[in-house]
Amino acid sequence: MNPQPAVGVALPERVHAPDTVQLMLYNAILWNGHRIHFDLPYATEVEGYPGLVLAGPMLGDWLHQVVDEWLGDAGMITRVEYSNRGATYIGDQLTAGATITAYDPQTGELSLDVFIKNEAGDIVAPGSIGAKLYG
Amino acid sequence: MTGLLSDELLANIGRTSEPRREIVTRRDIRKYAVATGSKIAKYLQGDVAPPMFHVPLFWDVVELDELTPDGVSVDKLLPKFPLERAMAGGLEIDYLRPIHPGDWLTATRTLTDIYEKHGRSGPLIFYEVVMNIEDDEGNLVIKEKTTRILR
Repeated sequence: MNPQPAVGVALPERVHAPDTVQLMLYNAILWNGHRIHFDLPYATEVEGYPGLVLAGPMLGDWLHQVVDEWLGDAGMITRVEYSNRGATYIGDQLTAGATITAYDPQTGELSLDVFIKNEAGDIVAPGSIGAKLYG
Repeated sequence: MTGLLSDELLANIGRTSEPRREIVTRRDIRKYAVATGSKIAKYLQGDVAPPMFHVPLFWDVVELDELTPDGVSVDKLLPKFPLERAMAGGLEIDYLRPIHPGDWLTATRTLTDIYEKHGRSGPLIFYEVVMNIEDDEGNLVIKEKTTRILR
């Protein structure tokens, strides 16, 4: 199925609810030993978090996945800009989404606003992605 | 302005890390795709690297006694800042070409800026680190700019 770009179109959303195993595997492939991601007594009692903290760049990856799943083999992501606005935790249910904000049919270049929101609807990772459809 | 940034601190702008050269493997791509919950077959099979694969490829590998008690590796590119509590930061990445298993990539990081702003709750220090990733022919593959905020 080829993507049908048009300004204002919202891409299919994707819900992520990572568990401790997924978070451990993610930090393991990074070689990230930060205790707030796997040591629950440390995260809660020493750092005062309500639970194990999700790794910020993992949310960044999910922003890409929403666009990448929609692009399929018809194009590639060329640029991203995002920020992590607040901490998220194991047990959170997070929704990744995107809306097309610009499309040039001549060049195939696309811009999208992307976001991760929590169950309360707060945006925890806003950003934008640039992509290019192959001719 | 309180002027938290001394000339000595600002003299660190422009500091560059030793280049690091790493090889991309199918196995590492597959692990990364699984761990991020990817549903995209070409990444799960390791045929091509997903965006942000450079994050695990170039995360610092240090020995256990170099980690702080909370398990963090100290970024040697950075000077000691007068504020230390890290707040949310931002990332900008340009992807110039796809990455495949067997590619050798070299990353060089540069501390490109340090500046101060005043937030509602007091002074904030911002710093920016640019990582350029090139292939063995010297072509730029990825350019990443990280902005971090300290309070």
